[in-house]
Amino acid sequence: MKILVAVKRVIDYNVQIRVKEDGTGVVTDNVKMSTNPPDDNAIEEAVKIKEAGKATEVVAVTVGEEKAQETVRKALAVGADRGIHVKVDGILEPLAVSKILQKIVDKEKPDLVFMGKQAIDDDCNQTGQMLSALLNWPQATFASKIDVKDNKLEVTREIDEGLETIEINVPAIVTCDLRLNEPRYASLPNIMKAKKKPIEEIAASDLGVDVSPRLEQLKVEEPPKRKAGIKVANVAELVQKLKNEAKVI
Amino acid sequence: MSRESMEYDVVIIGGGPSGLSTAIKLKQLDPNLNVCLLEKASEIGAHILSGNVFETRALDELLPNWRELNSPIKTKVTKEKFLFLGKTRSLSWPTWLLPAVQQNHKNYIISLANLCRWLAEQAENLGVEIFPGFPASEILYNEDGSVKGVATQDMGIDKDGNKKDSFEPGIELLGKVTVFAEGCRGHLGKQLIEKFELNKGKDPQQYGIGFKEIWEIEDKNHEEGLVMHTAGWPLDNSTYGGSFMYHAENKQVFLGYVIGLDYKNPHLSPYDEFQRFKTHPAIKKIIEGGKRISYGARALIEGGFQSLPKMFMPGALLVGCDAGTLNMPKIKGSHTAMKSGMIAAETINEHLKENKDLSIYENKFKDSWLYKELYEARNVKPSFSWGLILGIIFTGIDQILFRGKLPFTLKHKHADHETLKPANQMPKIDYPKYDNVITFDKTSSVYLTGTNHADNQPVHLKLKDPDLPINYTLEKFDEPAQRYCPAGVYEVQKENDVNKFVINSQNCIHCKTCDIKEPSQNITWVTPEGSGGPRYGNM
Repeated sequence: MKILVAVKRVIDYNVQIRVKEDGTGVVTDNVKMSTNPPDDNAIEEAVKIKEAGKATEVVAVTVGEEKAQETVRKALAVGADRGIHVKVDGILEPLAVSKILQKIVDKEKPDLVFMGKQAIDDDCNQTGQMLSALLNWPQATFASKIDVKDNKLEVTREIDEGLETIEINVPAIVTCDLRLNEPRYASLPNIMKAKKKPIEEIAASDLGVDVSPRLEQLKVEEPPKRKAGIKVANVAELVQKLKNEAKVI
Repeated sequence: MSRESMEYDVVIIGGGPSGLSTAIKLKQLDPNLNVCLLEKASEIGAHILSGNVFETRALDELLPNWRELNSPIKTKVTKEKFLFLGKTRSLSWPTWLLPAVQQNHKNYIISLANLCRWLAEQAENLGVEIFPGFPASEILYNEDGSVKGVATQDMGIDKDGNKKDSFEPGIELLGKVTVFAEGCRGHLGKQLIEKFELNKGKDPQQYGIGFKEIWEIEDKNHEEGLVMHTAGWPLDNSTYGGSFMYHAENKQVFLGYVIGLDYKNPHLSPYDEFQRFKTHPAIKKIIEGGKRISYGARALIEGGFQSLPKMFMPGALLVGCDAGTLNMPKIKGSHTAMKSGMIAAETINEHLKENKDLSIYENKFKDSWLYKELYEARNVKPSFSWGLILGIIFTGIDQILFRGKLPFTLKHKHADHETLKPANQMPKIDYPKYDNVITFDKTSSVYLTGTNHADNQPVHLKLKDPDLPINYTLEKFDEPAQRYCPAGVYEVQKENDVNKFVINSQNCIHCKTCDIKEPSQNITWVTPEGSGGPRYGNM
């Protein structure tokens, strides 16, 4: 079994996001970037499955600008076997990414595609689902537990009501939740070995995919500042204020 | 469990200007040398904080074609101001009356963090192996006592010291020579200085704490290339310190404050002095209407020539401010740190090729412009122990009339942890409330640093005596850690009428001030898990 894992380069989760003054986006200059956190879980799970003898190869793929390759390199340092970097500059919407991934799946013929449930930059939570539709493969989203059983997967999903366990046929798409596992550290010798593992570079234009945005972004702005709270004397006053001032009940 | 080990010709600890310059120079001298460099931050530059007005002298020697290599050195200093601040007034000091060392017209306003990122690219292009996210936590010795290398921190240890599932043991990095380039108060450098008595016969090292904020300001207030320094308010005559404000590119100003850690009043809060300083009309009018986008703090070396330890020992060298090469009157340490690294590289190359002893580092150092610079600067900082006014008068005579050639050397008398007076003998300071426009509380400031430490790991701020903060330091000095820490790591909390000393180590921005200023030297800073600490951008 072969597993393809998609990873994305995003602004590090510890960085405070700033909106550009002209409202065209967020500031990415001089900002620490990292792998999208649930993508780390996706890689970890794929490597664990391989270590358990249930997969033969783990391939990490990213779509994005030159520096996005760092995320593939990191995946290689924690156990992926080889990497693919599809080079695209500029804004990338989930549809474009899933179409590119579809082409990579056609080429690589993996049995499973793993990725994070969503990316922490745009929070879209769409790429896995769109890829599933494009390939007409079953999908299991928000996975917090994955059991590989012959040609089936038993996946526990994090849903609003609690946990849901489903069984799906392979080939399949799985999007991973942060609860799935604890990603390992890249050890120093493994980082060195990762430098020698191959990363195939592919220009998006060679895949024949139209990556132009379908959405027109009007403006990006910061959420309004939260107003200072007030103290109420008793429940009656609270209810009165919720009714008449906040108008929420 | 035994650790894996990897062998190199040279192992360098720290990815600041000194370590990176050592690495680059080594590979220039001999491309076949195996050189690796460890950095505790998540990426090169993420723990770098500096003013910075950059003198290119060392870089001109190291990479003479830096202008063609897309370096982040762009904003030339075009104008200079020096202000003495009173409480509401300011007096401009003509720049022609400043000592030559404080004139900056040939220099550039830069982000040192970005310079280091760029230096790291140059080093990697030359084949240096750089490993960010790997703190060196332990020095390894050969049987004959010489330094053998370092071990990196174990990863995946929980707060009680047990191995987690993700446990990953540290690695031993063995070098024919190990270069320590951790910056001011490096925690391994400190051990080496003690073990090899490198500071024997030297004055106690002197430190300062430096704060920096980056503001995006309104166009009308921004003057790219303007460098401004102030002395005076809000500090009193006996406290050493001053501010900087550098107008960088993209409508940003780098605004900062440095306070000598030899201050005496335990009620003094360096952080609040900096916040208060921004409310001075001469400063406020520039940043008003702007937005603060970054915050950080770091201890720096102020001891200079008299406090500079011996920089070589069997198997290892100290470079940059791990030893203490900052030039205080110049308020610059980057070019000196780089130069010390370059001299170290020459030393190592001759050591490996011609079997010369590492002690040749000292003579090479003495023959360099770096030594001359530090020697001529030596009397400025100690003269300020007489107060700001006498310090300025003496500095004028020493630096303008005699150009640092007076036939005597003033001494640093005390280590910074010895200077605090008992709390009940010193006046309390009433700091103004934060307005969240110009001044901010510590919590929102730390938030801007992007600081994070993986939770459930051992506290990396070790107390030699866990009871001392409450039993002694609180009573005698009103526990000054609550105030000297720029990140709110230390708190004294009352629980059921019992005082408790709390260490919020996840807030730590790795400035090392506690390790320096704690009056009983009760706090020891050690490396947390790799990648922990701030994520500075263009600091």
